[in-house]
Parts: sequence; structure tokens; C-alpha cells
Amino acid sequence: MPERKIRILVAKPGLDGHDRGAKIVARALRDAGMEVIYTGLRQTPEQIATAALQEDVDAVGISILSGAHNTIVPRICELLRQQGMEDTLVLVGGIVPDEDIPALKQAGVAAVFQPGAVTQDIVEFIRAHAKRAASELRGGTVDSQQSTVDS
Amino acid sequence: MTDRGRQAGTDIEPARPERKTSAEEMRWEEKVLKPALERSPQRQKTFTTLSGVPIEMLCTPADLAGFDYGRDLGDPGEYPYTRGIHQTMYRGRLWTMRQFSGFGTPEDTNQRLHYLLKAGQTGLSIAFDLPTLMGYDSDHTLAEGEVGKCGVAVSSLADMETLLAGLPLEQITTSMTINSPAAMIWAMYLVVAEKNGANWQKISGTTQNDILKEYIAQKEYIYPPQPSMRLVVDTIIFSARQVPRWNPISISGYHIREAGSTAVQELAFTLRDGIEYVEWVKRAGAAVDEFAPRLSFFFNAHNDLFEEIAKYRAARKIWARLMRERFGARNPRSWTCRFHTQTAGCSLTAQQPYNNVIRTTLQALAAVLGGTQSLHTNSLDEAWALPTQEAVTLALRTQQVLAHESGVVNTVDPLAGSYFIEKLTLETERACYAYFNKIDALGGMVAAIEKGYPQKEIHDAAYAYQQAIERKEKIIVGVNEHVTEETRPIEILVIDENVARRQRAKLAELRARRDNARVQAGLQALGSAATTDQNLMPYILECVRAYATLGEMCDVLRRVFGTYEEPAFR
Repeated sequence: MPERKIRILVAKPGLDGHDRGAKIVARALRDAGMEVIYTGLRQTPEQIATAALQEDVDAVGISILSGAHNTIVPRICELLRQQGMEDTLVLVGGIVPDEDIPALKQAGVAAVFQPGAVTQDIVEFIRAHAKRAASELRGGTVDSQQSTVDS
Repeated sequence: MTDRGRQAGTDIEPARPERKTSAEEMRWEEKVLKPALERSPQRQKTFTTLSGVPIEMLCTPADLAGFDYGRDLGDPGEYPYTRGIHQTMYRGRLWTMRQFSGFGTPEDTNQRLHYLLKAGQTGLSIAFDLPTLMGYDSDHTLAEGEVGKCGVAVSSLADMETLLAGLPLEQITTSMTINSPAAMIWAMYLVVAEKNGANWQKISGTTQNDILKEYIAQKEYIYPPQPSMRLVVDTIIFSARQVPRWNPISISGYHIREAGSTAVQELAFTLRDGIEYVEWVKRAGAAVDEFAPRLSFFFNAHNDLFEEIAKYRAARKIWARLMRERFGARNPRSWTCRFHTQTAGCSLTAQQPYNNVIRTTLQALAAVLGGTQSLHTNSLDEAWALPTQEAVTLALRTQQVLAHESGVVNTVDPLAGSYFIEKLTLETERACYAYFNKIDALGGMVAAIEKGYPQKEIHDAAYAYQQAIERKEKIIVGVNEHVTEETRPIEILVIDENVARRQRAKLAELRARRDNARVQAGLQALGSAATTDQNLMPYILECVRAYATLGEMCDVLRRVFGTYEEPAFR
């Protein structure tokens, strides 16, 4: 069976236009063999959730540097849940202070990558935790003895 | 001024002789250097600037073959201004210490501005929040979670009145970082001045108003490039004729660098943007010397001290030549590249934030040795949030120590004549002209942007930089070397959601209290004028006087001009 690549939506919600990080991460994920869909700038939570559903992604990476993460990120998580995508991995990258992380995780975020994060760590985290990474890709690889997350 | 400069093509770097290694240099390399390298080799095979430009171990007179003091440097205050735009530079007057500031409500920021003036700051610089930058009022749905976060919220003249309360507008200069809705925010400032009895002939300041770098790097655009350029042209012409001491644009490399460009790309794209603005304003019927003296620039100061200094020196030289040769400007004030500098926000690390004080000090030193006219020094906490008052005070003190204690201000352009600095300045200049040629060939900057050219160049440079850090080819102290486990040792500024509530309440009250018939008439006139080629400033000013909101004015133009979305560039 041909290996299906991990699909990830890189999303840029809120009004800030700082897309350096989002584009670097998108390119690093592509270089690591994933299929990346980049939403472009200033997407509403509704647009992001709809794109995640339409593109049938395994993970959503949200890049936000404006300080609006506490308002915007939980709303995206809620919309994903409402459309039955609770097992979609949600990651956040950007300027998020430590204090805000527990509430974001409570809302459904799997990991927050703060300033200085290394793209390789992001790649590895997604490989280890994305639903399809767990159930399909790992089977038949050297990691096959590891138990999978949702099989 | 020499005839050689005039004979050269407008954009073509004058031919220079090849580097010829002298017999003495060959002897030294063979007899002295080689054995030394055999005993103890260099730490790495090659060395480069932060932007990847190769650096030789040693620069000698051979690197400056054909160097001509008059043509390449000139005396301070004279063409081509490589050594500085003023004769005496900081011996006459120090640079303007201008900390970029804005957060929360207009009341919050007004207090901070008064505090900064009391602390010895010599100019004001206002940061607006994202809804304001994008032309949305604080009560717009897209403003949720963003009000007052990245700057101050300003939705109407009422907010601007509060923001500027008690500030002597004829005595201070105010810089406002506003781009897509620059005409509207500037109009609010002008109307506050008018109501306070400050004369438009006397007030001075700067609106950033550089829309091209928004498409290239910062991405806070509203309208498509063509109508956006028309708004910029309108403000430049209105300013030249009505507010003569105002700098209607600050052509900015800062954000281009922050988006990940190299030093050369920052310089080349910024100056090429400058060319584009001059061409557009000229096409609208203004003579170059009517407006060019008030064009100003804004550069980044990143970590590599010498690369940055070379960049500023090359900037002045290239701009002088462009203005005199390409555009035929006759007023020497049109030839000078006056610029503001901000230390590099993207160089700040969230890890070990105190290290940022050192980085900022070195970057500020580069700006001063490069002859900047004004300077913003970042605060140590800005990788996390907008700065606290304590952090911003330390950043201002950094400039004051440089100015009063370091001694670097005592002579003009102290690094001139250094083989390395002059070589780097010449190389930067050459690389910059190569980019001009490419962009000219693409049909100019607007066309290049529409093709995604500068965006792609910057993205490639940003990705290469990130990879170099991850491979540890570049060391960032506290991030990929000398790493420590720590919890954040500093407090950070938190903007709560009460700011948004207060702003929404004020707007509701304003919309009820103002003369809504006058507002509607003003907005309608603005919409009609936008479909003609009339200057829009008088129409915008009338809307502002009637307390039309920023969002209402921007919406009128959204309907006429349409909005812009970036095409996907891979």
C-alpha cells in the first residue's frame, strides 16, 4: 500500500501579518516529506476549521504573534471538535508566554512552540503524535514495536 | 562634485580596477602567514557576515584599488554623503532618541508618552494596534482579542485627542507607524493640531506610510497596490504643499529585515521602493525637488556590527547618486538619505532575556557609527511582549550611555578609511545595484511584488538563516549554545480584555453623540472623490473633523478600491 503522507494545515489567524515563522515551518515540514497546506494570512477560526475539514488534515499548526491567542486558539479547537475532528493534532507556534500554555492545552492544544523553537523538534513531534503518523506510517517502520496512539 | 560621477550610467556601478596583490603582501602570505596557519589553523574554513557575505582574513590597500576619497566618500554634509548628511554630525546635535511606544487605550499610551519625555526622550513614536493598522474600528468582529495588544487603539479623532492630550505639538516631533490607513491617521493628527492652535507650517513628524514594504514583508495591506500607491502619492503631495516640515513617508527596510532578508536585500529593496515612490509622485505632476527633501528612510540594526555600518554608509551614497543622476534633483536636500534606525526585534531571544541588553547595545552602536538621525532601542522583554516601563527605561538609558559616555560621538564617521569597512561598503553598493537591475528588468517594484520576487528572495534568505542556526553554523547565545534551563526571570506586560470593552463603549457613545448627517455626507464625498483623480486628503480631513471613524473611512475606500489578498507564492 502506498504510504500516505502526513497532511498538515499551517494556519495564520488574527490580524498580524508576521508570516516568517509560518512559512519557515511550512517549508521545513514539506522538506520532511509532509503535505502542507498554508492558509495564507488573516483567516478566521471558521475559515481555518473549514479548511482543516476540507483538506482532511492530520494536524493543524496555528501561527500567531499578535497576543490574541487566548481568544482565537480555543475557538479553533472548539470548531474542530464540533465537526468531529477531536483527534486532529493542534499545535501553536509564536509569542505565547508560559502563563498562557495551561489554558491552551486545556482547550485542546497538543503542544506550544515558543520563540527559539527548532523546526526539527516540530517535525518529530508531528511524526510522533499525528493520527495518521501513528496508525499508518509507523506500521512497517523501525518503530513498529511501539504501540500506536489510535489503533 | 566630480564629473566622473555624472558621466557614469545612472544605475551602473563605476568600473573599478581588479584587486592586485602586492609583492609585499605575497611575501607576507608565503613567509609569515602560511607557517602560522600550519602551526595553528583558523577555527573554520570560511568566515562570512551575518548575511553570508564572505569575509577575507585581512583587508589591505589592494582591496581599495581605484578608491577615490572625493567620489567614494566626500566630506561630511557633501555629495555623496557617505560620511554623513551633516557637516558636524553628533558634535552639533545628537541623534533623536525615539522609543516606539503604544499599548492599550489612548489614555494608557498618553501616560507612557509623557513619561518618556520626562525620562529624557527627545521625540515621540507611536505604535498602533493591529485593528487600527488594518483599518478596523475597535468594535469590529475581526478586532476581537487584538484591541490594544500590539499598540494603541485609535478609531476616531476622539481617540487621537486623548492620545495627544497635553503634548506640545509645535515643539515635539511625532513619528507614527501607520501604513495602509496612514492618510486617515495623519488627518486625525492634523486636526488635533488644528484644534489646539498648532500651525501646520510648524509641526513636524513622520508617518511611515510605506505601503510597498507591506506587500513585500509586513503584510498589513488593505487595498491592492495601485490604489494604495495613489493614497501614498496624495499624502506626499499634500504634505509638500500644506505641511512642509512633515515627513510624509518613511521608506522602510526594517520590516524587510525582520521578515528574514539579508542586509543587502534590506537595503536594495528599500531604496528600490524609494525609486518607485519618486517615479509615481513625479508622474502625478510634482517636481522632484518639491517633495524629495522630505522623503525619509528607516533601517534595521542587526547583530553584525561592520555589515550594518557598511549598509548605512552605502545607503547614503546610493540614494544621493540616484536622486542626482537618475532623477535629476538639483536641491542638495533631495540627495540626502535621512534615516531612523531600530535595533533588530528578530534578534531578541526569549531565552536568557538579559542577553538582549547586550545585543541591543551593539546594534545601537552600529546605528550611531553609521550616522543615524534617530534611534529606537528595543527592550529586553520584547521577545515576549510589549515592554514594561522598567524595560523601556533601560533601553533608553542604553542610548544615553552611548551618547554621553562611550566617546563614539566625538568625531564624524570614525571608521572611514578602514580597508575592511570601505571594502564592505563598496561591495554592499555593488550588490545593491545588481538588485536594482533585476527589479528594473521586472518592470519596477510594483510589478516585481505582483510577481512575488522580493517576497521569494526574503523567504529563501529566512529559511537559510534558520537552517544555519539549527545546524549550529551560526551561534545564538542562550538558544543553540550556552543553553541553560531557566524560568523566565522577568515580568512581562499584559494587556487585558478591559481595554477592548472600554474602547467599544467609547465608540458606541461617539456614534450616538456626533452629527451623523455630516459624517454620512463626508463619507459619501470621499467615496465619490476616490473614483476621480483628485487628492483625497481634503476629503479625509473633512470626515475626520466630523468624527467619522477609521473603519468607516477605510470601508468607503474598500468599496471603491477593493481589497488585496496575497497570491500563493511557492
